[in-house]
Amino acid sequence: MLHYLEQPLRLAAATAMSDTSRRSFLKATGGIGVGLVIGFAVPGLAGPARAATGAGAGGALTPFVRIAPDGTVTVISKHLDKGQGTATGLATLVAEELDAKIESVRVEFAPANAELYKNLLFGVQGTGGSTAMANSFQQYRTAGAAARAMLRQAAATAWGVPVDEVKAADGMLSHASGKSAGYGEMAAAASALSPPEAPALKQPSEWRYIGKSFPRVDVPMKTQGATGAFGLDVDIPGRIVAVLARAPKFGATVKSVKAEAAKAVRDVIDVRPSPAGVIVFAKSTWPAIKARDLLEIEWDYSSAETRGTAELLAEYRDLAGKPGPVARDADADAALAGAKHVVELEYSFPYLAHAPMETLDVTIRFDGAKATIWTGSQLQTVDQMVAGAVLGVGPQDIAIETSWAGGSFGRRAVPNSDYIAEACIVAKVWGQPDPVKVIWTREDDLRGGYYRPMYVHRVRAGVGADGRIVGWMHRVVGQSIFTGTAFEKFVVHNGIDHASVEGAVDTPYSIPGMRVELHTPKVGVPVLWWRSVGHTHTAYVMETMMDALASASGQDPVAFRLAHLDGDARKAGVLRLAAEKAGWGSPLPAGRSRGIAVHKSFSSYVAEVAEVSIGDGGAVKVERVVAAVDCGVPINPDNIRAQIEGGIGYGLGAILRNAITLTDGVVDQSNFDTYESLRIDDMPTVEVHIVPSTEAPTGVGEPGTPPIGPAVANAVFAAKGSMPVNLPFTTEGHA
Amino acid sequence: MIEFTVNGRPMQVDAEADTPLLWVLRDHLDLKGTKFGCGAGLCGACTVHLNGEPVRGCQTQVGDVAGATVTTIEGVDGKVAAAVRQAWVELQVPQCGYCQSGQIMSATALLAGTPKPGDADIDGAMWGNVCRCATYARIRGAIHRAAEIMEG
Repeated sequence: MLHYLEQPLRLAAATAMSDTSRRSFLKATGGIGVGLVIGFAVPGLAGPARAATGAGAGGALTPFVRIAPDGTVTVISKHLDKGQGTATGLATLVAEELDAKIESVRVEFAPANAELYKNLLFGVQGTGGSTAMANSFQQYRTAGAAARAMLRQAAATAWGVPVDEVKAADGMLSHASGKSAGYGEMAAAASALSPPEAPALKQPSEWRYIGKSFPRVDVPMKTQGATGAFGLDVDIPGRIVAVLARAPKFGATVKSVKAEAAKAVRDVIDVRPSPAGVIVFAKSTWPAIKARDLLEIEWDYSSAETRGTAELLAEYRDLAGKPGPVARDADADAALAGAKHVVELEYSFPYLAHAPMETLDVTIRFDGAKATIWTGSQLQTVDQMVAGAVLGVGPQDIAIETSWAGGSFGRRAVPNSDYIAEACIVAKVWGQPDPVKVIWTREDDLRGGYYRPMYVHRVRAGVGADGRIVGWMHRVVGQSIFTGTAFEKFVVHNGIDHASVEGAVDTPYSIPGMRVELHTPKVGVPVLWWRSVGHTHTAYVMETMMDALASASGQDPVAFRLAHLDGDARKAGVLRLAAEKAGWGSPLPAGRSRGIAVHKSFSSYVAEVAEVSIGDGGAVKVERVVAAVDCGVPINPDNIRAQIEGGIGYGLGAILRNAITLTDGVVDQSNFDTYESLRIDDMPTVEVHIVPSTEAPTGVGEPGTPPIGPAVANAVFAAKGSMPVNLPFTTEGHA
Repeated sequence: MIEFTVNGRPMQVDAEADTPLLWVLRDHLDLKGTKFGCGAGLCGACTVHLNGEPVRGCQTQVGDVAGATVTTIEGVDGKVAAAVRQAWVELQVPQCGYCQSGQIMSATALLAGTPKPGDADIDGAMWGNVCRCATYARIRGAIHRAAEIMEG
């Protein structure tokens, strides 16, 4: 997601820069929002440590590290962990520089506080765009090093010895005289000291945790039930439960409600209409769900979106045939006149729901002046501002308690904080200071909008007699994710939402005569980023076109790509590595075929080779995937492997069977029977090969997803001779 | 009052008989380890053991468990459950972790009846448990690993 805000500052934040170079760098990026520039002066270690004063606070050593008297090191995570291992990553960085023992480290989520805990690449507190490690790499290592320096100084003072004679290792401080103390014993004294501004950091050769698969801090508790960890598990004493009947068509409002039967359900407290829908308040969850089904609601559809998928698709296909605003300029038609082989394909991509395992939930307590919100917040300080606005108080009056999140894939980071705003409406309607827990069912989740947009792509591209691409005419049709949000000014320029065309306009393939146009129709279906944003569809189109062009001109897909990648060694590197490890070109068992794809997203490079078998009915089964990833310094190799595995599975499920469709404005799907998730028998074996690197670390949460669709499609193309162009695969009988 | 045993302790619950066991565990008994994922028996996040057999808590009415023995993720123990948990940690299975209570309950039930499962056994027993993070390859590996641990 918000990776657009990151581009100019990415390198700067991930690497130490001199003041001079930083000043000139910032000057050069003067178009970026003020908040980002102000926020850039990095770690903020001297800031007030008020956040680090939770239960059992021994000593707060910077806002990011607290050490209890028993030596427990608590790392304060400014980022949400929704499964991507972010909390462990931050713990690794602190533990590395602090020289803490693995067993002593735990993680706690930071409160909403933009000053202390902003994402250095966004300027607001938030997690996404696979930026957590990139923006924290310097900051959290520095915090660990500062805490270590403070502990050593405290010991030196206590023992009356020079500080450079105090050693710190494995959670222990010691001196040659025989004096020693655990970190916990010196934490209180250390916390009274000022953190050093620029403590020295270890050289990569000295790292003992970075690059060594630090065990995830959350795995043990997640094998014990993770009781109390997730937002859904929050149960504040006295809480009531709210379940909403939301409009069946986007934009509709409540006209009238008959609630007698619903109110008769035992433990139902009240039923109230609201701008967010009809709210059922109950003492516990089941009565609320049961009562909601008994409501008789008449809706006002006068402002609702009433088109269905068939109508939208027809409109999109029509637009794909017409000139549109230009995202990348060239005279493609003239360039294509010189082509020897021309391929023209039109693609369609459906709306997709994120469907995280934990549906949305928010507990809110509002006393008329101040509110506390408990949820897996992914954009804490945006949520804070929205909540303040809805409740009619200031953002400073909103406390946010971030929970572990049972997945997100983008759904919990919403520019208008839709589900937070809704919970605030519920709290206002309730009008009393009891905590209210708003719970979404799976039907609410799948029918609630904020989908990956529908898209149509039409591409005509050609290869010359020399085997190289000579022209590429590419038209994209789809709703804008950023238009109308607070982030619009960063991302939408001259009618082009970069998120609609990223991965195509900026392709590293050297393609002369490439023109990209974008139509942005307005549709009343709310849309949102979905794991890897624009790359979800552009990578599919770019990489299947590459295979179609290679085939049309009689070239090997890997060699064809390499021939067009002369300017991008890292992308070529992962492509070669994946091909080699997968045995590209070697014979396959009967009934199997291979496809390859490579894509750069979120500054990371991933290539994937899919090995596919096709059943009697034409159903595609992906048997094996070999991936190669280059994400800079691999902070946690096992977690990188896990994220690439997961990114592959997430993308695979979507391309095989997932679509949100509408009929007369009503979503057709409602649960996992009609929106079929990937299941265990669909999962291929996955091998992940990580490129050793000293480049600044980049993300892995999203980049594994874009290549899998086209890799599988290319394997189907190799087997069947026709390219799947209408997603999901079930549309054309491929799954 | 409906009486049944949960994790070895006798419980009395004052709830409508049609209340799903899932919500009784979570809201009445404060056992939050059993998760809600779909409410329709399609995802397995609410898997618990009823008299030793895996069932979906969202599809099991509390009125039907009177006198029965229920085991949840908080209470499941013994050699099999310990092996499963150890394997889950060794292979670092969970990502978001929300489905893992259900995965572990299904895996434990599988291994209790089939100590050396093949891949087809695993597909059969685990097909109903959705993991949106797609940790499936590690789940499969961890079940094989748990079988090894159980052999000692």
